[in-house]
Amino acid sequence: MGEAYTPGLKVKKSLVVRRTRKLPIKGETLVKEGDNVRTDTIVARTHVPGDLQIVRVAQILGIELEDTEKYMVLKAGDYVKKDDVIAKSTSFFGLFKTFVKSPVEGMIEHVSNVTGQVVIREPPIPVEVKAYIPGTVVNVFPEEGVTIETPAAFIQGIFGIGGETQGKLLMVADSPEDALTADLIKPDHKGKILVGGSLVTGDALHKAVKVGAQGVIVGGIDDKDLVELLGYEIGVAITGHEDVGITLILTEGFGKMPMSKRTFALLKSLEGKQASISGATQIRAGVIRPEIIIPLEGREIRKVGEEEEIPSKGLEPGTRIRVIREPYFGALGRVVSLPVELQKAETESYVRVLEAKLETQPAGAKPVVIPRANVEIIEE
Amino acid sequence: MGRKNSDKKPMFDPESIKVILATDAGSTTSKARFFKKLGNEYRFVASGEAPTTVEAPFEDVTMGIRNAIREVEELTGHTLLTEEGIITPTQGEKKGVDLYVTTSSAGGGLQMMVAGVVRTMTAESAERAALGAGAIVMDVMAIDDGRRIHQKIQRIRYLRPDMILVAGGTDGGTISHVVEVSELIKSAEPKPRLGVSFQLPIVYAGNKDAREYIKDTLGEKFALRTVDNIRPVLEVENALPAREAVHELFMEHVMSHAPGYSKLMKWTDVPIMPTPAAEGTMFRTIAETYNMNVIGVGLGGATTNVYSIFGGKFVRTVSANLGMSYSICNVLKEAGIANILRWVPFEIEEADLRNRLRNKMIRPTTIPQTLHELMVEHAVAREALRLAFEHHKQLARGLRGVQRKRTIADIFEQTMGEETHIKMMELNFLGGTGGLLSHAPRRAQSALMLIDGFQPEGVTKLAQDSVFMMPHLGVLSTVHPKAAMEIFEKDCLVRLGTCIAPVGEGKLGETAVKIRAKTSDGEITEDVPFGTIKTIPLKEKEIVNVKIEPHGGLDVGAGGGHSYAASVEGGVVGIIVDARGRPLVLPKDSKERSKKLIDWFRALNAYPQETLARIQKTL
Repeated sequence: MGEAYTPGLKVKKSLVVRRTRKLPIKGETLVKEGDNVRTDTIVARTHVPGDLQIVRVAQILGIELEDTEKYMVLKAGDYVKKDDVIAKSTSFFGLFKTFVKSPVEGMIEHVSNVTGQVVIREPPIPVEVKAYIPGTVVNVFPEEGVTIETPAAFIQGIFGIGGETQGKLLMVADSPEDALTADLIKPDHKGKILVGGSLVTGDALHKAVKVGAQGVIVGGIDDKDLVELLGYEIGVAITGHEDVGITLILTEGFGKMPMSKRTFALLKSLEGKQASISGATQIRAGVIRPEIIIPLEGREIRKVGEEEEIPSKGLEPGTRIRVIREPYFGALGRVVSLPVELQKAETESYVRVLEAKLETQPAGAKPVVIPRANVEIIEE
Repeated sequence: MGRKNSDKKPMFDPESIKVILATDAGSTTSKARFFKKLGNEYRFVASGEAPTTVEAPFEDVTMGIRNAIREVEELTGHTLLTEEGIITPTQGEKKGVDLYVTTSSAGGGLQMMVAGVVRTMTAESAERAALGAGAIVMDVMAIDDGRRIHQKIQRIRYLRPDMILVAGGTDGGTISHVVEVSELIKSAEPKPRLGVSFQLPIVYAGNKDAREYIKDTLGEKFALRTVDNIRPVLEVENALPAREAVHELFMEHVMSHAPGYSKLMKWTDVPIMPTPAAEGTMFRTIAETYNMNVIGVGLGGATTNVYSIFGGKFVRTVSANLGMSYSICNVLKEAGIANILRWVPFEIEEADLRNRLRNKMIRPTTIPQTLHELMVEHAVAREALRLAFEHHKQLARGLRGVQRKRTIADIFEQTMGEETHIKMMELNFLGGTGGLLSHAPRRAQSALMLIDGFQPEGVTKLAQDSVFMMPHLGVLSTVHPKAAMEIFEKDCLVRLGTCIAPVGEGKLGETAVKIRAKTSDGEITEDVPFGTIKTIPLKEKEIVNVKIEPHGGLDVGAGGGHSYAASVEGGVVGIIVDARGRPLVLPKDSKERSKKLIDWFRALNAYPQETLARIQKTL
């Protein structure tokens, strides 16, 4: 493949982060442009139509389907309480009466003479959208939602589980190589977002949930521990809705994977700050990666760049890269050259490659050959 | 908004077409294939590939397609692109094309929900029709599917399909059930996956007497299209009108909302085809041209598509979420780790294998660099093929609910109308396409993956797509069949050889089958012991008459222990005598199993011998 590289994940000290917060269906926005919001400010609200209950009226009354409407006591549009009579039939000169009662509170939406069914819609369910990040409202989509802007440090993970949450960052690891084990988790970690190094163990995750930590940010996890935590195996990488009591963000991948030094150093420099995180990941059909947003305060808000919209230019000699597949998985380095001709890999496939000098190689060692598809660019 | 191109009829003189460009926007990779008329025939000239760009941060499918085409430009020196798109018609020898066609499965392909009245009858017919149109079926809803009404409504709300196909009832029959289905859909108000502002398309292919009621129920809120009943009577399945309507609505409503497709639609006068629809067209052509029973498979990054043509009956299934990149962990989930591990010849910790597959899932565009990594992917591929074929067999079966006359033989055989009509012993041709199979470094690797995944029985020809161009040729065949067939024969179809596989169980080490044949190089006599594989070289397009003598109760087509004479075609791998038995059972002991795998790989020269020797030393 020509430009077969994966654009790297963002690790930015400071940039303007914008997040659009929209309702699933139209409703009302509760803030206006220029307003300052906190993470828990409700910015928009609506009501999702309630659940439906279908009552087989004709069947219960033992009548012809097309007579359903005739036997209704109430009509479409009427409001009902649970156990209100909605239809009845009488027989033997009124001696025997059969009633059909509403199983729920709601509104009669439809009476069908074709199916003999009555549709009752339960009361609407309120839905609220919170700001998620503190900042300023910069755009209002009437009836739909808002865009909030804040200068922040911004880090993308590679994979996560669990939804949006907030908490203060706490470094539990001393170095990117350290594993996050259960003995390192303490009761006073409640409400915190814990930063580990290369791996979080299954026991540690369970303990983090138990003490009430809000999130864990770490280089890697063994898949078997993730399966054990979730109670099931993830098939396709669409996550964010898991209800396991914690949000987990992996910055590197699966297995023991030292967190990139840059990510680790940035998180360490922001220890104690309030962070908004989301584990939502979607690798297909609209890539969503987990994110860590740490709003900047006071003097930190200097030279804040724009959140980049344009993908990086591509590979060139000198480009800083990370290898994302065996046999050099996780290694950092720089591109030395980009041979034009396809080269034969150990697999015997002819692939487009690059030559790179890895940080783990001794000085003077020959550059290694890696398929271009197996590196990601580290933005500098 | 893209102009509607579903009803475009390209007007051109086929003889005037000299230069053709075809692309496929796959879920992971966009592929460009460049064809030219050289002398009197059309030939494949060059290919280019680039990552698909439907997703963020690019969100424009044409970027990936441009990158793939640019690679063709670099390789050929032929200018194909301008800022506006593809240059048509040609301008001199080295600029532009006469015809541009494309297929697409990017952004999740066509995702549909289907509904019917009875799960095993109209709902199943609707499912087959949607799959036949190349769709991924997200859910099949029926009155009797065991779910409660509110559960169905929740499900409809949760899914965000591109389209819904509603069937139900025979013409003249009761209408209440199918109207009930439509009321359910109306109440749930499903929203389309792409573009919240447009109406979700619904195809109604049920009882014609219910059309007015369906219109009243669904006409206002949805883009409703009514077509002939899919089951006008119980004994007949009429899927074509529903399938065509799905294709039209796919272009008008779905494609035009996917990122960049409005631009892509302007580049071509030929309707964009879903990749599985185009792939299936080519397998169907093989069956028709050579009058054979055919099974074809497209093993992709996100989905695996299986096509079967038995006795002229065509069935297509698209197994969503069985694939080699985005969906690799769903193969892990569905097959189980033990089933993947059983195909890996070297020792690997279960935890390590799991982590490797997860890492491929989160970085789906990476490729194996080492042989061990390649072998792991091939292990997953075998399971993806096996699972997709199982799925296919469930749908490739006779119409249910039909009263059948039974003979005494039927009673003894315990056959039901519900059995699959796929009989592996009657299969003549097994072919594979898709990135992993087409790009396997050695053809013997794809031959063995096809054999292990499908377990053909008796005598079966094996073939594969050379550089993955079957979808391209499929869409091309809709407007220029001559060019498509010429390229298919000369440059696309790689004849791997013929597989001879006795059915049954034998004693390990004892002769399972004896092969006798006369070839241009001399006489062949081979005794193949049970539990082994043997390859006999036979060149591509060379055909020999072979006498196959199975031992014991083994069967190669003429019944247990009976000799069978067959005309066998050669290929780049040759004749593969697979005497491992059917069903294929792998040793339970992991070391034993590894040794067997290595023996089999060696027999086909599937991987470098020195690597296999190295692995064997570690066992």
